Amino acid sequence: MTLLGLLDREPSHGYDLKRHYDTFFSRGKPLPFGQVYSTLGRLARDGKIVVGEVEPGEGPERKRYVITERGATEVESWLTEPVEAEPNLQTVLFTKVVLALMLGRPAEEYLDRQRAAHLRRMTELTELRRNGELVDVLLADHGLFHLEADLHWIDTTVARLDALRKVVRK
Amino acid sequence: MKAIEARDVHLSFGETPALRGASISVAPGEIVAIMGPSGSGKTTLLHCLAGILVPDAGEIHFGDHRIDTLSENQRSVLRRDEFGFVFQFGQLVPELTAEENVALPLLLGGVKRTAALGKARPWFERLGLAGLERRRSGELSGGQAQRVALARGLVARPGALFADEPTGALDSLTGEQVMDLLVASAREQGTTVVLVTHEARVAAYADRQVIVRDGKVNALVHS
Repeated sequence: MTLLGLLDREPSHGYDLKRHYDTFFSRGKPLPFGQVYSTLGRLARDGKIVVGEVEPGEGPERKRYVITERGATEVESWLTEPVEAEPNLQTVLFTKVVLALMLGRPAEEYLDRQRAAHLRRMTELTELRRNGELVDVLLADHGLFHLEADLHWIDTTVARLDALRKVVRK
Repeated sequence: MKAIEARDVHLSFGETPALRGASISVAPGEIVAIMGPSGSGKTTLLHCLAGILVPDAGEIHFGDHRIDTLSENQRSVLRRDEFGFVFQFGQLVPELTAEENVALPLLLGGVKRTAALGKARPWFERLGLAGLERRRSGELSGGQAQRVALARGLVARPGALFADEPTGALDSLTGEQVMDLLVASAREQGTTVVLVTHEARVAAYADRQVIVRDGKVNALVHS
């Protein structure tokens, strides 16, 4: 969807799409060329993009890709649709805590380790946002707010462990 | 740069124990965040480390000095000469201008007014406060007042800076600006920082975080 969105900005060559993707979205993991062209092939097959003018020369990077109306509609609806608020990590943490209490294990210790891991990541992200470009700052902020929400949950859960222990060990 | 250490510190307020064997060691130049739930004893620990409170038992060390055995006067001099403070609500002196507030620790330490103001003024440029030197605290925004308080805490180049919820009264963006400046200035001067906060985003600016729970310090172990 990201590549399609980039094409909604302007018709582009595969090489430029990869470059823009790597600059803004890759988070340190550059997109392989193979994946760029296989995605473009799939988008063309599905009628979401077409190959525009083919410039003289060899190789797929000479092709300029253009978004179709169908593609643009898909980008629009993807943008307007909220992402499912799925608390993946919370599910795992919740399972760990409840299981730990059921098994008589030190849940508080596990949560403290999780807290330490969260804080370490938050420290890394804070360093990134202090020294990075604005795009890095925005990405770091997103991570920081999510980690902070998890920590609130950890704090509240630690405060409720005694009560929770009674419930799950019945 | 000097280390700060608390060893097995106990302190009760009447019948209520606040610290029950709290120990913490802060390396010279290190920035440590003390976190913990309300009422856990984190501010009490900060006050013991800063020589504001004297523990019932245990020891507090700053560099080579044991400070919990000093007299009230000696601790007062130590706080004035060696420590800087930033509190949640700035606590600027309302009758003084911003630059006089920044210069205050120097003035109290006997530095002449002209020299003290001369040392205070560069902080305004440094902390993005240029032009506000003559304003009084009532004419400053919360973020500006807190930056003035930060300058006041660091102007005398203290060995240690104690900050108690320094961003607690600020919105998150302004709080981050204050923390950016606090960390950058402390690192530049090599100041050891002990920071009390309940906000993880603020604690993340520190080199290390500890949790105070039930009057004891729990050093977070990274697995």
